[in-house]
Amino acid sequence: MLLKIAIKNLLGARLRTILNVFVTSFSFFIILLMSGMYDGMLQHAKNVTIDTEIAGGAYWHPNYDPLDPMSFEDSHSLIPNKIQSLIDKKDAFPVLVNQVSIYPGGRIMPAILKGIPPNQDIVKMPSTSLNSYKDGTIPVLIGKGMAQSTKLNVGDSFTIRWLDINRTFDANEGTVVHIMDTENFKIDMGHIWIPLNIAQSMFAMQDQATYVTYKKNLKEIADNTDWLHRDVDFLVKDMEAIIEADKPSVQVMFIILLSLAAMGIFNAQVLSIFRRGREIGTLMALGMTRLRVVALFTLEGGLNAILSAFATLIVFGPFLWYFSMSGIPLPIDYTEMGLIMAKRLIPVYSAGLIFSTMILVSIIVLIVSYLPSRKISQMKPTDALRGKAIT
Amino acid sequence: MIIWLSLLMTLLFGQSDQLSVEEIIVAMDNNLNAKSRIMKSKMIVKGRRSTRTIESKNWVVGANKAFTEYLSPPREAGTKMLKLDDKLWTYSPQTDRVIQISGHMLRQSVMGSDMSYNDMMEDRPIQDLYNATLEGSVNMNGRKHWILYLEAKIDGLSYPKRRSWIDVEYLLPMKEELYAKSGKLLKTAAMDGVKKIQDRWFPSRFLYKDELKRNSKGTEWVIEDISFDMNIPSNRFTKAMLRK
Repeated sequence: MLLKIAIKNLLGARLRTILNVFVTSFSFFIILLMSGMYDGMLQHAKNVTIDTEIAGGAYWHPNYDPLDPMSFEDSHSLIPNKIQSLIDKKDAFPVLVNQVSIYPGGRIMPAILKGIPPNQDIVKMPSTSLNSYKDGTIPVLIGKGMAQSTKLNVGDSFTIRWLDINRTFDANEGTVVHIMDTENFKIDMGHIWIPLNIAQSMFAMQDQATYVTYKKNLKEIADNTDWLHRDVDFLVKDMEAIIEADKPSVQVMFIILLSLAAMGIFNAQVLSIFRRGREIGTLMALGMTRLRVVALFTLEGGLNAILSAFATLIVFGPFLWYFSMSGIPLPIDYTEMGLIMAKRLIPVYSAGLIFSTMILVSIIVLIVSYLPSRKISQMKPTDALRGKAIT
Repeated sequence: MIIWLSLLMTLLFGQSDQLSVEEIIVAMDNNLNAKSRIMKSKMIVKGRRSTRTIESKNWVVGANKAFTEYLSPPREAGTKMLKLDDKLWTYSPQTDRVIQISGHMLRQSVMGSDMSYNDMMEDRPIQDLYNATLEGSVNMNGRKHWILYLEAKIDGLSYPKRRSWIDVEYLLPMKEELYAKSGKLLKTAAMDGVKKIQDRWFPSRFLYKDELKRNSKGTEWVIEDISFDMNIPSNRFTKAMLRK
């Protein structure tokens, strides 16, 4: 009964309803798109990091802190037996990390040198290219970003200077054998990759490693040594933190959009109560309780939210679908800013995101519909019939 | 074969001018090292575009204790460094903090120069660190020099190999080449302006150059004033002095 009247009233209001529904559905659309973009960003960053760097997780030397290059020279030891058995089964591969100085074009630059087994297939890195070079110099694999900052091309040689385990200087020539195009700046910027056995002999750290990366879907081994297990959740924490830190600015935009939609509905409700005094009086005179009249007006407002959801689906749905299929081209390369981002960002709309956005918008719409309707409970039916509205 | 050749070289050249290789090294150490020394110097760092001059005063006792206070330019004035054995601390007045330089930081350059903290710290007598072989002699700038090839006899030296051109009269390494373990030339050092100071020959100008840097003009270190075997109070080499 109430629903019928509410729908009739909404349809009767025509332009006002259309405008309210459009503004609300636009807010709906923007919130969905932006949240979807952030989720897509995080999902993409996670996927890229897992594929190219962390696979199923890692075991770290206890002193290893990837954010502190000073820790590298004390972050190496023989690999514990149980972790070594994973490597023997080809379920994991070791990486040796150290800080070096490189001289591309005769300029000195600090770099992080990582030794990796060229034949590993656990992470998607063109490490096999390190096998292809045999001319006495150290074969080096670098990323596109590193190639740009060092102005190095494939075939270019440069000097690498390092300190071995005894803190004695050593130096040799390295030759770029491949430049990888990776979205993961963490394996690109400031990094040079060389074969593990060469790295171990350079630093006089035979059979030693800094961390061991293992395959996806492997369970943590009960290890008795002090090497630390780092799972995927731990290893993508920094990425999540970067994206979380950026969210507040977008949340401000959500608030502005929702406020606009809420103000439109609030305004429509206030106007309705002012203009529809006689109707309210008639309904009351015919026996409708004040509570039901309030419910009717709140329902009318609430129906806006439902109509908006449908309008979003119909009007903006194709846009959302298109973006989720072909992505949104990004104007700048975010990898230089330390973010793993695709050239075309593909938003991810999870059921949770759609449901939570709908609930949020509906609650706000219901609140702004109910607030002006409360005044109806203060109206006298006789005044309402005379057309005297509450001001 | 190499051992025989080097022995032959040592026999041929090692006794020349009545000095054995060991005696040359000892004489060189005696010239360069003293019980203590106080000096005022300036370091001229020649960059690609500009040149910076950094003045400092140094107090040194033996090979294990050293204290440096930077006097100019204003940006560096008040910065102090204390070396005790193999530890190094720096104090910066801007941050009012004492920081211990260790590990990889020792490889960083001092004030943007071609010298690293490690280079500054390694001033133990050469006879304790290297085995020397006389490779021959050569005339440089009209003066006779012996060429000594030095190989580390202990682990953990920054430069495991070096080649020195020792002036026969001054008994000072007028030119040095510092090599990596692989034999690659890393740095060169040269000295000139040799003066007789308190019965020893001592250079008044050093030039260090990172040979891996292309177009490097090097870093000049000019000794303006130096006095040897002075009494330096022991409290000079305490961390408390860094903040004073």
